[in-house]
Amino acid sequence: MKLTTTLLATGALVLSAGASFADGHMAGDMTLVSWGGAYQKSQQRAYVEPYIAANSGVSAIWDESSAEAVAKLRAMNEAGNVTWDLVDVVAADAIRLCDEGLAMEIDADEVLAAAPDGTSASDDFGDLLVSDCFIPQIVYSTTFGYRTDLVGDTPPTDVCAVFDTATYPGKRSLEKRAINNMEWALICDGVAKDDVYDVLETEEGQAQALAKLDTIKDDVIWWSAGADTPQLLADGEIVMGSTYNGRLFSVIEEQDQPVAMLWDAQIFDLDGWIIPAGLPDDRLARVKDFVKFATDTQRLADQAKYISYGPARASSAPLVGKHADLGIDMAPHMPTDPENAKNTFLYNYEFWADYRDDIEAKFQAWLAQ
Amino acid sequence: MSDTAGPVLAADGRPLKVSLNRALRREKLRAFLLVSPLLLFVLVTFIAPIADMLFRSVENSIVQETIPRTTDALRAWDPDETELPDEGTFQALYTDMVFAEELKLHTRLGSRLNYEKPGISSLFRKSGRSVGKFDTKDYEKAYTDLDAAWEDPATWDRLSREGFPGPRTASAYVGWRETLIAEGDDPLEEDPWDVLFGALHSDLVAYDASYDDPLLQAAKTASAGLDPISYTQQFEDIDEDWTNPEVWKTIQTYAAKYTPGYFLNSVDRQLTPEGVTTRDDNERIYILLFQRTLIMSMMITFSCILLGYPIAFLLANLPMRSANVLMILVLLPFWTSLLVRTSSWKVLLQQQGVINDVLVWIGIVADDSRLQLINNQTGTIIAMTHILLPFMILPLYSVMKTIPLSYVRAAKSLGATDWTAFWRVYFPNSVPGIGAGSILVFILAIGYYITPELVGGTKGVFISNRIAYHISSSLNWGLAAALGTILLVAVLILYWAYDKIVGIDNVKLGG
Repeated sequence: MKLTTTLLATGALVLSAGASFADGHMAGDMTLVSWGGAYQKSQQRAYVEPYIAANSGVSAIWDESSAEAVAKLRAMNEAGNVTWDLVDVVAADAIRLCDEGLAMEIDADEVLAAAPDGTSASDDFGDLLVSDCFIPQIVYSTTFGYRTDLVGDTPPTDVCAVFDTATYPGKRSLEKRAINNMEWALICDGVAKDDVYDVLETEEGQAQALAKLDTIKDDVIWWSAGADTPQLLADGEIVMGSTYNGRLFSVIEEQDQPVAMLWDAQIFDLDGWIIPAGLPDDRLARVKDFVKFATDTQRLADQAKYISYGPARASSAPLVGKHADLGIDMAPHMPTDPENAKNTFLYNYEFWADYRDDIEAKFQAWLAQ
Repeated sequence: MSDTAGPVLAADGRPLKVSLNRALRREKLRAFLLVSPLLLFVLVTFIAPIADMLFRSVENSIVQETIPRTTDALRAWDPDETELPDEGTFQALYTDMVFAEELKLHTRLGSRLNYEKPGISSLFRKSGRSVGKFDTKDYEKAYTDLDAAWEDPATWDRLSREGFPGPRTASAYVGWRETLIAEGDDPLEEDPWDVLFGALHSDLVAYDASYDDPLLQAAKTASAGLDPISYTQQFEDIDEDWTNPEVWKTIQTYAAKYTPGYFLNSVDRQLTPEGVTTRDDNERIYILLFQRTLIMSMMITFSCILLGYPIAFLLANLPMRSANVLMILVLLPFWTSLLVRTSSWKVLLQQQGVINDVLVWIGIVADDSRLQLINNQTGTIIAMTHILLPFMILPLYSVMKTIPLSYVRAAKSLGATDWTAFWRVYFPNSVPGIGAGSILVFILAIGYYITPELVGGTKGVFISNRIAYHISSSLNWGLAAALGTILLVAVLILYWAYDKIVGIDNVKLGG
């Protein structure tokens, strides 16, 4: 009898404590979703560890599910049990999640910190706020790397070297999807950069891009994981291949392989956070507090110490310093560095949100045939 | 015993059959109760989710649920007679969009319809942003200027009970109420939205009636003087695509609650407003992939039999000590992570890999014509044969273990050669093991996706890779479900055929 009473009393106490936490207080645990590997480590060191050090009692749990984040979040939402607090996704996925009502819309100026000079967050991030739900962290690019020892005396300077199997014989690697490859194909087939998406909108344009890709179809190894191209380059399996610029940085600088960057026509893309829709108040409060800290000017600049991706804030760029372990200047390795960004291509989110299913179906059919 | 004798009776005079059944029934019930926890577990965690997933292959209620008024209105539209739906349909769409936008459902519908017609996704996203700025604001202002009572939600509540001037207002009011309740707001405390005034105006000018209610009568009198707004024009201002009949035809085609569209898609056909059409050559992929999956799975099963049979034979006939060592060699890869095994095949098979290096070193292959062993069908077959081999060896081994050696000896003593003794005596006894191994390997192979994805290149991928793509990347779960259902049915048919030809009783996993 006494035991029961004690149990009940404790239960009630716990319940009321829980309830009081719910209004206004912040939850102690955060589940952060990211990509794993070097990128997640850069996040861990640049802002998760400092945040935990400053807020005792808070702990962060990582879930390396960003690649399937959209599908998993949709499944969680249908099951009515969203266990994630903050999810790192590429911009295209953020747009999808926003469209599906799975990500929370935010007001950038309210949720994010202003720059040190007082510039509002929405101005500091500028055009990179591509969706109402998206909180950008980094600018990365998909670009080509080549084996310096396999290209002869004339290293490629032009992206169209990929399609030039006469001058640069050997295999090349491209991602096993339509996005980016269709754009490069059209650019190298003589379409002006500004017209690429207008052309790609038409059936003829899609056929033109596939026809161009068809000229090198037998020379391509198609990759699906970001680590594939670095491995193929290191093994000498390919002459050149596309991948994320950070992966190439680690092959070149950290692993010292005979590989060089071909920055020409690199395609910029963004990666950032979204907050899942429908979080309980205490968890939402914690996440908002963390996001404000993690995306401020200094933190985004700090991240560039660990990985060669450009900070998404304009105000962070001047603060980018040296690599934390290698001690080399990071600025020249950023995709946004003026020297690297002479000829860049901006990925059109709206276009791909509309045409992805259609073009991807054609692309995959072309691949399989 | 004579022919007319009745049924056999038990000691208590009841027919033996009935008595026996009764005794057995209790046994059966007990057995059922014993398995029921497992049965329930399997039902809840396995059968039900699969059934739910498969159901998505035909389910399509999102269109009707998100834009119910529009789909109702579209039922009357005949695309052959008028190019575009009438003004009423556009107004219905406006009403639907206002509520859908508030609950953030319109973009979800946009992505759904975008699978059928590219471009609808951004059309819906764009329209969602603009429906809050329609000219219906002018109506709101006119009516509330006329009588401030229109601003009061209580007026609308009263009218909802006493009767609105027409169905559009009634339907819009119900939608408004439900939207507010869904958002956790009280419909008696919120200001009425302009969409309600738009509906009110349409109803008031549409019917030639007089009202006892002075409020309505005054509004009616005033309505005639208001400039009517064109919903068609408003939508056209957002995006010209709204005047593209194809968009409307797509909505009309996919308005039904259930659709064969996903299944048609999975066999390279398409449900279009003009009926079922075959996809263009450059978009056909699924039938090819289904064929490829079946053929390659059979090749993998066959290579597993070829490689596994001698090993299982050796295992079954060696002395215990050496057999155990061999067994560990068989099981060791089985315990290693799948990804590790697949990745090590990459190292071995690639053009600068170990096998090619050795071949070049020996001089069998020239350095500039190294063999292409990976990123094609060869790669998939080699890697998957290796990965699935234990599933063939283990059932074969356990069946071979039970074949008495005396059979072969007896055959030989009767004059059979080694080959005849094996082929006529030993082999037929081991067939149940081959059957069991083949079913295991084939069914596992047909649904594999990690290995083909990593080593299959473009020609060595399976249908499961497309299913995974639609589940995790394109989010077209309906299509993924349809492809999965077809795959499941194909396996069941093959299983049935196997049962007819070989007989499932001839399958043994051991003993």
